[in-house]
Order: sequence, then C-alpha cells, then structure tokens
Amino acid sequence: MKSDLFHGPRRKAYLRMIKSTKFAVILLLLIMCLGVSGCVSVAPWERGILAKPHMAIVQNPVQNKVRAHNYSSREAGAPVNASGGGGGCGCF
Amino acid sequence: MLKKIKFLIFGSLLLSLMVAPVSAEHGEVPSTCSLTALDGTPVDNLQELQGKVIYVDFWASWCPPCVRSFPFLSQLDHDLKDQGLQVIGINLDEKIGDAESFLEQYPVDFTIALDASKQCATDFGVIAMPSSYIIDRKGTIRHIHRGFRSEEAKDLRLAIEYLLTEPL
Repeated sequence: MKSDLFHGPRRKAYLRMIKSTKFAVILLLLIMCLGVSGCVSVAPWERGILAKPHMAIVQNPVQNKVRAHNYSSREAGAPVNASGGGGGCGCF
Repeated sequence: MLKKIKFLIFGSLLLSLMVAPVSAEHGEVPSTCSLTALDGTPVDNLQELQGKVIYVDFWASWCPPCVRSFPFLSQLDHDLKDQGLQVIGINLDEKIGDAESFLEQYPVDFTIALDASKQCATDFGVIAMPSSYIIDRKGTIRHIHRGFRSEEAKDLRLAIEYLLTEPL
C-alpha cells in the first residue's frame, strides 16, 4: 500500500496544512493592506513644525561636508566628496 | 489562490483611488470657500469677485518662499489693482497668532483672509506652500503656480497682465 504525501492516510493532513497556509497568506495580505491604509499624507499646511531647521535630517550641512572632507583626506581613505584616491595629503 | 490575491491587489488599488484628493486644477473655483478676516469677520466670497482677475495665494508664516513672495504680491496689488486685479493671501497657519505676529512684522496692503477649516485649501487641491491660483474674470482657474522663486515673478506678472486685458 502506498503511503506518501499524496496518497493514503497522510493525504488528509497534507491538505489541511495547505488550507491553513492559504489562510495564513490571505490573513497576512489583509494585514499588509491595513498597514498601507495607515500611511496618511501630511497636508502642506500641517508641515509648520517639520519645516523648522532643527527638524532637518542634516542639521549643519556645511559642517558635515567639512568633516567628510577632512576625514576622507586625512584618513587616506576613499574620498567621499571628490573623485580620485585619497593620498592623505589633505589636497583635493 | 491567485484569483484571491489578484482580487486583494485590485481592491486595495481601488481603495487608494477612492481616498485620493480631488484637486481644483484648471477649472471652476470651488464654491465651498468660507473665508474670514484674521479677526473672524467674513470676507467676500471668491464667487462674488467675478469680473476681476483674482490672484489667490495660500501661505503660512513658517514658509520661507511664502515670505519671499510677499513683496512681489504687494507690488502686484499696488500696480494692477486699478486694472481689476484682486490679490488675496489665504493664511493656512495652524495658530492664528503666528499669522498675526508675522503680519505685524511684515505689513501688507493686499487682502489677507483666513481659511480656518482648511476646506478651501483642500478643495483647491493645495499640495505645496505657497500655492497660487490665478483666476480670470469669468471665474476660471487659468494658472496654478506652486512654490515661489524670484526669477518666476516676471512670467507670473506677464500672465496676470494678459488676463487683465481679456474682456469679461
């Protein structure tokens, strides 16, 4: 008598597993849909606080650039803000 | 299974379309604008100004390009008022106090209105600050301008001057 996954007594259990997997996938998709609807767009007139300078991701762009320049030139690493290799001389 | 997934994807797309904002674009002025002055007294409805060219500017005190556009708007109001231009700056600040202190610092001559419920901005489809809508004498939105750069002022002025020459 055959008794693999597709024949015999284990067939029922296999089908049940497929069914529950299907259910789980559909549930997951539904939850993902809920997540998508949770993204609200902020109206332009609600961006007053977001527009403040201290809300910027990079607060001091000039200082950051100078630091990156120093780092890449002094550390002889690959330059961040210039092409060519860093020689460690600090010259760009 | 595939059918169900397709159905879900299609359904969510349909839902996202349903919640997408409806904007005014080039067309009639939304009729739901209930504007007030900063002190709360109602001002002229945009529909009542038909026959004039209206420059509607949505602004807020925290928005730097809005501030930069104010001298241009004042100049427009000063130069073209007699030819039938009405400049209206609709404030969208969340606190009226911010707008009031801003206007104390930078006083203007053109009309300042308040859209307390933000319904007007929603119906106009404002997606950027500042947003300007130029409405012709017949009450149709003819130009939409988002943001403000001083080099664009010349083209805007030309567009307004052209609309002013159009007959009613």
